[in-house]
Amino acid sequence: MPLKRKIQELQKRREEVLAGGGEKAIEKQLAMGKLTARERIISLVDKNSFSEYDLFVAHEARDFDMDKKTLHGDGVIIGTGTMHGRPVAIFAQDFTVAGGSLGLMHSRKITKIMDYALKMRMPLIGINDSGGARIQEGVNSLAGYGEIFFRNTLSSGVIPQISVILGPCAGGAVYSPALTDFVFVVDKISKMFITGPEVIKTVLGEEISMEDLGGARIHSEITGNAHFFAKSEIESFDQIKKLLSFIPWSNAEAPTPIKSKEPKKEYKIDQIVPGDPKLPYDVRDVIKSLVDDSDFFEIQEGWAANMVIGFGRLGGKTVGFVCNQPLVLAGVLDVDSSDKAARFIRYCDAFNIPIITLVDLPGYLPGVDQEHAGVIRHGAKVLYAYSEATVAKITLIMRKAYGGGYIAMSSRHLRADFVFAWPAAEIAVMGPEGAANIIFRKEISEAEDSEKMRRQKVKEYKEKFANPYVAASRGYIDAVIEPKESRSLLLHAINVAENKSIGGPKKKHGIPPF
Amino acid sequence: MKEETPEKKSRFKSILIDGTKYKTNLTRKFENRISYVEPNADALTSFIPGNILKVNVKSGQKVKKGDTAIVFEAMKMKNRITFHRNGVVKTVSVKEGDIVAKGMVLVEMESLKKTNQ
Repeated sequence: MPLKRKIQELQKRREEVLAGGGEKAIEKQLAMGKLTARERIISLVDKNSFSEYDLFVAHEARDFDMDKKTLHGDGVIIGTGTMHGRPVAIFAQDFTVAGGSLGLMHSRKITKIMDYALKMRMPLIGINDSGGARIQEGVNSLAGYGEIFFRNTLSSGVIPQISVILGPCAGGAVYSPALTDFVFVVDKISKMFITGPEVIKTVLGEEISMEDLGGARIHSEITGNAHFFAKSEIESFDQIKKLLSFIPWSNAEAPTPIKSKEPKKEYKIDQIVPGDPKLPYDVRDVIKSLVDDSDFFEIQEGWAANMVIGFGRLGGKTVGFVCNQPLVLAGVLDVDSSDKAARFIRYCDAFNIPIITLVDLPGYLPGVDQEHAGVIRHGAKVLYAYSEATVAKITLIMRKAYGGGYIAMSSRHLRADFVFAWPAAEIAVMGPEGAANIIFRKEISEAEDSEKMRRQKVKEYKEKFANPYVAASRGYIDAVIEPKESRSLLLHAINVAENKSIGGPKKKHGIPPF
Repeated sequence: MKEETPEKKSRFKSILIDGTKYKTNLTRKFENRISYVEPNADALTSFIPGNILKVNVKSGQKVKKGDTAIVFEAMKMKNRITFHRNGVVKTVSVKEGDIVAKGMVLVEMESLKKTNQ
């Protein structure tokens, strides 16, 4: 055969595979408002940067007439491309080919690209759109899932792993995204659950729609499984690009700095926090008044909104923010917000991102449902994560810091590197009302006008403890500062802590209260 | 002993999964679970127990998204409960000074279109 014919044959073979599941299946995919797997990759990576591998991989299943079926690419596309000019590894399940079902060769393709990503220290982006295990392949497809989960765990904390749910992701398949760092979902397209509505109906007799059970909104507002919610696939890809601009390519690097920019003038830091400790405000305005260009990239915006987490830059360098949100639930620590903060702290620690903690909280949330939901065990995660973290930890106490909440929110005692407080800070075991009622119980009950006595004692307690100076006199706080000095001091602290190096006792790993 | 046996047996419940019947114990948590109800988009509810400090709206009043309906003190904070869309207040079920439990409906609203028709 002359070389020309051989090349023509290659072109023919390529064309066949690139047609995916055929016109009909592609039409169906588009009718659902979804892009095809290949279109998704192209819209995500830098222009003309994608190279595909394993185009001609074919399954070997023989049972149930599978030997007569050709599944192009075995239902998944893998390859490498660049984003922000740097290499990334990608796989995208192709729903048009056998519903994107996962068989042995399908999983081998995925694990191959996962191995590349880990070996070459680049982010892994997985686009999930699959009906689940390929039942005809039996235990082989389960083996495939297991191999993927194992690699997810192995890569965890070494390279960034990003999951994009652009279709169904059900049963065992949901555990790969759950093991990755960030999960992106798209309204009306993403669906994640362990057992679907049909099984729930037959076993328990409960009726629920797919959207209400495991749609994008549910996972970004109720379960916390998703980190980023978008209205369209393209918006979701923009979010991924933005995320990758903040984080390093592996745990051996620091994030790439960009040019520093002053915050926007409309955010006036000394006018955001009200003097009355009982008045709420949006802590995101404080963050925006501190970070470069007032650009704050929030993570898990809709879930456990009493804790705000996300990335911003100070002097061009990426920092992670962990902040109480007085606007929601008074900013308390509860089961979900503890979980949210702890995981993010560990992320920042693994990827060399300094943590800035903005504190204003009344403490942990009381209540039977919280206690029974395990607020002890979940709350402990915050303590563990902060204590364990060895990246630069800088704390700014804006207003209330009461009780266990004060300790948990990156206090000096958990080895915060710098702790600053604004003059309005109130650092105490509990709120003045509660504290006065306990300390002066006798005086109050024995007084003629007990209400008047109570008010007087509350005032007394407030004057004594509801300020930052008691903590400052013990050196628990490094400096009491004016709000407008905050940015320059934080910038300074980040630079001072850049070469921070500390060690702890040798161990295989700790036992965090998972 | 004789008395115990029937009682023990009755604790088992059977459930059907993929055509196979399984006998099992159900946990108290499972038995007491509240079945899923679609959230009512027209109701503003208390998200934690607390005191009603201020009621800003009356029934029949037109409201805009972001307006404060109720100021609600809980966890040492005067929380604002705001409307999440435009509409008309249908009923106000609390008054100033009330102490409310978690999940209570405080204000019910309806959309503008409905009332115009």
